[in-house]
Amino acid sequence: MNKGSLIHISRRKEISWWRAWLVRLAAIALALILCGIITFFATGLNPISFYAAMIDGSFGTSRRIWMLLQNMAILLCISVALAPAFRMRFWNLGGDGQALMGALGAAASMILLGDKVPNWLLILIMTVAAVLFGAVWAFIPAFFKAKWNTNETLFTLMMNYVAVQLVAFFVIIWEVPKGAGKIGIINQNTNAGWFPQVGGSKYLLNVIIAVLITVIMYVYMKYTKHGYEVAVVGESEPTARYAGINVKNVVVRTMVLSGALCGVAGLLLVGGTDHTLTTTLIDGRGFTGVMVAWLAKFNPIYMALTGFLIVFLQRGSAEITTMFTLNQSYGDIITGIILFFVIGCEFFLNYQIHFRKSHKEVA
Amino acid sequence: MKKLHKIAAVIAASAMAFGMTASLNAAEVKAEDAQIKAGLICLHDENSTYDLNFINAFKEACEAQGLVEGETYFITTNIPEGQECYEEAMNMVDRGCNYVFADSFGHEDYMIEAAKEVPEVQFSHATGTKAHTEELDNYHNAFASIYEGRYMAGVAAGMKLNEMIAAGDITEDQAKMGYVGAYTYAEVISGYTSFYLGAKSVCPSVTMEVTFTGSWYDETKEKEGAQMLIDAGCVLISQHADSMGAPTACEAAGVPNVSYNGSTIAAAPNTFLVSSRINWAPYFTYCMDAITAGEAIDADWTGTLETGSVELTEVNEAVAAEGTADAIAEVQKKLSAGEVKVFDIDTFTVEGETLSSYLADVDTDADYTGDTEAISDGAFQESSFRSAPYFDVNIDGITLLDSAF
Repeated sequence: MNKGSLIHISRRKEISWWRAWLVRLAAIALALILCGIITFFATGLNPISFYAAMIDGSFGTSRRIWMLLQNMAILLCISVALAPAFRMRFWNLGGDGQALMGALGAAASMILLGDKVPNWLLILIMTVAAVLFGAVWAFIPAFFKAKWNTNETLFTLMMNYVAVQLVAFFVIIWEVPKGAGKIGIINQNTNAGWFPQVGGSKYLLNVIIAVLITVIMYVYMKYTKHGYEVAVVGESEPTARYAGINVKNVVVRTMVLSGALCGVAGLLLVGGTDHTLTTTLIDGRGFTGVMVAWLAKFNPIYMALTGFLIVFLQRGSAEITTMFTLNQSYGDIITGIILFFVIGCEFFLNYQIHFRKSHKEVA
Repeated sequence: MKKLHKIAAVIAASAMAFGMTASLNAAEVKAEDAQIKAGLICLHDENSTYDLNFINAFKEACEAQGLVEGETYFITTNIPEGQECYEEAMNMVDRGCNYVFADSFGHEDYMIEAAKEVPEVQFSHATGTKAHTEELDNYHNAFASIYEGRYMAGVAAGMKLNEMIAAGDITEDQAKMGYVGAYTYAEVISGYTSFYLGAKSVCPSVTMEVTFTGSWYDETKEKEGAQMLIDAGCVLISQHADSMGAPTACEAAGVPNVSYNGSTIAAAPNTFLVSSRINWAPYFTYCMDAITAGEAIDADWTGTLETGSVELTEVNEAVAAEGTADAIAEVQKKLSAGEVKVFDIDTFTVEGETLSSYLADVDTDADYTGDTEAISDGAFQESSFRSAPYFDVNIDGITLLDSAF
């Protein structure tokens, strides 16, 4: 078979865990070497100082480490939120919009009720609003999918743009000063609705909440009936139906959960750190989160690792562009190369390549 | 097998955490040195005429201080008007900067947050409005009396219109200019009004139509806005938005363009007329000198023609009416001497009436209402109570086509 072709690709049966990790590490190492070479030829910079700046940008000071953790926390929160939907093969590309709606709910509460209710109540209202807004934004496409079998990929994607336009609309309503097109920091002088600082850090609370959500979702997916139903629906809808699972219910329920958790991510941004509302607040993390979840095969612990890799790359490459006076696009190129290798290596974990010379193996 | 898999992941994760705590303790404050280290935070990059103007001035001022980019001065581009600005300001502090500057209006709140957190570092912000009421020793606003520059550029525009009228290309009534603005707040309103008044001072029949893009940098929208104005019969275009959109639209349509932030003659050799710009180098130099000398920086600094902060580029003789450069020099002299006032209340009306009293919103408060009488000595006193513009009156002769933003 296949004697004519030079290369023959076959599916791997099983790969031992340590070999899988070796391949992944090798991919990252190769990517870094390639980046070093490209950097050297494109800019004449010494690759070692290049890597050193990347590490410095992420770990150089305690503040940078906190920012790294904060960005990981938000990304992890969104990834964990998206994972159940993807687990049941519901392509939720609306994480950005759901998180942004959560942010809108939280920001609206802060702006409209900032000086009217006590702080604990305000934070409670913000939380409810953020969860509700995010959940509704996910419920709409899920409902249409369950009721009329609409295409959820397009639907969730379009909901992102609707969310961005809604936020743009409210930014103009709440802008200060009039005509400036920005809200700025909400309640900067009263700090109403700002989350309390835990342990003297403005980032720690967000990190704790994100970790908590991750653990809870891990348990939910792994050990509850709901989680099991999600897995069954994802494996095979007919099987799920045969087993007496109400697929439509599971789809809607899981999406609402997904959207609610995305809303929490928006809440953490507005209430915890950023204290503002802009159309770019989520910064594409609804999409990056998909990649994080996929790369980690929906395992929350791996999600922390892949999330770390991506945030590290973002912060590291941003540092490089400033320190070596390169255009910001250069950082994107570096990130792109490394992600290409990381994603590419998954191919080699799932498939095997045989060259023709090894006739015996092919036969 | 699966168990091992998990254990490996846990080990990797905890190793990561340990690595973090280790560097958490190790890497802290770098040694203090009296030397200046400066950081510039830009909303966009050098493709934006606005940011390029800051970048060039910053490099010039820093290099005059003997600073080296990447070592003792740093420039970060594409920082949005959000938490990213605070993070980048703190990043500048981590790089050892004792002077940090942000260039966009929406950066202000985040710079204030950073200034509150690091009192020993000086933070400056262009176009902001809050420093004079915020009462932070290390947070400063700066702007320039660019309305004078706009006025002079307006004179060049008015002379071009007169030339067209004299040549019979247009009638006096057709002397209509177009203006592409970003947002509808004072900085933009003050800019286009002073430009219009400059043109009106030499071409009394001039009118102007203004459209807004709702973004500081949106090349497509700026181009479309300029094209729409040209289609509506505007015979000269100016803009206050930061891409090359309007100049390229003008070049394609062969309509004269008065630019902002610097010369756009390279992209529009046949239509570029003149450009006004704020030269930020004097302000940067002033701040860095003050830090070196251990002196305080003004909470609110207004650059003028005298400080070298307000400049006009060279007039493009191929496009401008004859004698434009001389006329501009003449007006500049009169502005400096106080003989000509840009917002002289005898030169414009609001709904047919002379504006004899106006409460401007100078101090930032929750409601953003007027608080300061801005009219005295027969003119609106722009940039004298604070550096950032507060002239936000719609005067007769200027039509706003849309004001959604």
